[in-house]
Amino acid sequence: MYPDKTKMESLVEATNIAEVKGRSLWSDARTRFMRNKAAVAGLVILTAILLFAVFGSLFQAWTHEAIDWKLMGRVSQIGGPSIENGHYFGADELGRDLYARVVQGTGISIMVGVVGSLVAVVVGTLYGATAGFFGGRLDNIMMRTVDILMSIPFMFVLILMLVIWGRSITMLFVGIGLISWLDMARIVRGQTLSIKNKEFVEAAIAVGVSPFTIILRHIVPNLLGIVVVYATLLIPGLIMAESFISFLGLGVQEPMTSLGALIQGGSKQMLYGAWWQITFPLFFFLATLFAFTFVGDGLRDALDPKDR
Amino acid sequence: MMSAPFLSLQNLQVTFDVRRPGAWPWTPPRKLHAVNGVSLDLAAGECLGIVGESGSGKSTLARAIIGTVPTSGGKILFEGKDLAEMEAGERRAHRRDVQMIFQDPLAALNPRMTVGEIIAEPLVTHFPKTPRAEVKQRVAKLMERVGLLPNLINRYPHEFSGGQCQRIGIARALILEPKLVICDEPVSALDVSVQAQVINLLMELQRDMGLSMIFIAHDLSVVKHISDRIGVMYLGRIMEEGEADQLTTRPEHPYTQALISSVPIPDPKLEKARPREVIVGELPSPMNPPSGCVFRTRCRKAQASCAAERPQVVDLGKGHKVACPFHEAEALLEATA
Repeated sequence: MYPDKTKMESLVEATNIAEVKGRSLWSDARTRFMRNKAAVAGLVILTAILLFAVFGSLFQAWTHEAIDWKLMGRVSQIGGPSIENGHYFGADELGRDLYARVVQGTGISIMVGVVGSLVAVVVGTLYGATAGFFGGRLDNIMMRTVDILMSIPFMFVLILMLVIWGRSITMLFVGIGLISWLDMARIVRGQTLSIKNKEFVEAAIAVGVSPFTIILRHIVPNLLGIVVVYATLLIPGLIMAESFISFLGLGVQEPMTSLGALIQGGSKQMLYGAWWQITFPLFFFLATLFAFTFVGDGLRDALDPKDR
Repeated sequence: MMSAPFLSLQNLQVTFDVRRPGAWPWTPPRKLHAVNGVSLDLAAGECLGIVGESGSGKSTLARAIIGTVPTSGGKILFEGKDLAEMEAGERRAHRRDVQMIFQDPLAALNPRMTVGEIIAEPLVTHFPKTPRAEVKQRVAKLMERVGLLPNLINRYPHEFSGGQCQRIGIARALILEPKLVICDEPVSALDVSVQAQVINLLMELQRDMGLSMIFIAHDLSVVKHISDRIGVMYLGRIMEEGEADQLTTRPEHPYTQALISSVPIPDPKLEKARPREVIVGELPSPMNPPSGCVFRTRCRKAQASCAAERPQVVDLGKGHKVACPFHEAEALLEATA
């Protein structure tokens, strides 16, 4: 009769097999992701841009604030990209080094995206999972609150906030953080509703695991796939939002800059033939957006193979 | 029967509120009586089988006992103590003693956890201070006990077959050495050869560990094999209960008789020769059950008096009880014995 214990024991002893390492769903997803060429290319570009934003300042000849007086007034003639005078990407209309400013702007833009997205992941996931898991009246109150917050025109409010409380990068972070989690909360709640009716959650309830532990141990890991994908795809949106605000001149303030502000400055100088002022920021802006989008798509395909 | 049964259900009721979509919030919801006055006793070390067709409230009964579904009436006495009156600490301790095995083996296991983590979860939840080495050792021992190689401890559920997953579920239910295990159709999702293995494993474990067991299934032949006693449920009520042999060879209730005559006999000649009783029609809605005897709408013995009031439970001795005044065993069933 099965199981034959003595046989099993001898089998284990005889072969003395080491513990087999299981293939988790995560490692399966990693394999699938690595097979996706566009996603891997996106990841490589993204890493390069991140390295550029973090370590680019080590190679700059000028700081982002310093003005090169020799170029003053003649930027469109002699301010182009050049290795000799240390302006690798050229100079802006005030004679400041564009390379240093692009490094700084890329860093700010990515930070806005990543911070906003992190807020969305942490707040949105916990909020949505709590609402979905407990359900009933609590769910109603929590999700109607989200509905109300969503119905407020976000860009309008953000502009008002920046006008009322001053234009600062902190205010920009607060503003973006406040709205970025709303969509995430909805997505996570929807997923939680389907996961909480699975038998393994019921098994955990029957065992006597506390509700909060069930959310963290059983529900969140199972919806993390969708959260990761959404967070990656949220970053480009937030970078765009920040660029838009900066383009209007409300976001990051001088001497700090962001890609949006640089593009805005560059677009004004195009008329005078200073093409580099828009080309370099725009290149980094587009490359970042594309890279994030490709990585996000790759993650979605890797984490949810059924969708393909 | 023993003086103080291990588990005793007294007139247990479970009711769900059903709201019509789009109804006003103050409109009183309609009631769905999933379990409607079930009284059962379970002795220590005994295996009670529960059979009934889909929608008869078997799973809800299990969930009420385990405490994931609130009861709306009646009592559940566990070792003489009323579950509803237990305090939080006592209730937690009670959860240790009652464990459940689920129907869908794969769905009952969290796909993001390793087998070791899944089996250890009840232990870690109730005894968080257990050293990790001991947890691992106990998990490995139990895996071996249920017929899994202990070196698979770091694998994930999707790497196992259905039968193996059910063994993992069994191991999780047993790690706390519970007194009562409720099996909710543990084999209906498995194919027949694996069913036999899992059932034999359950019987062996029950005998070795002295477990009490409630075994729910819609397959009478499976239940007959594993149970000491069997209860037959229909639309939230117990129609007949009795010792497994007694009930399957001499069923008294028309519903039980119909159920048993529908069990196929693995011999074409006998199968063809035996008279058949077929139940016609659908299970009535539990939102609006028939008055009196709930089975009367499909019963071939139904009479006018059946609609008037709920039939009395007739005790035929030796724990054989039947909820039908027109009960009688019939010769036609001898053939199945």
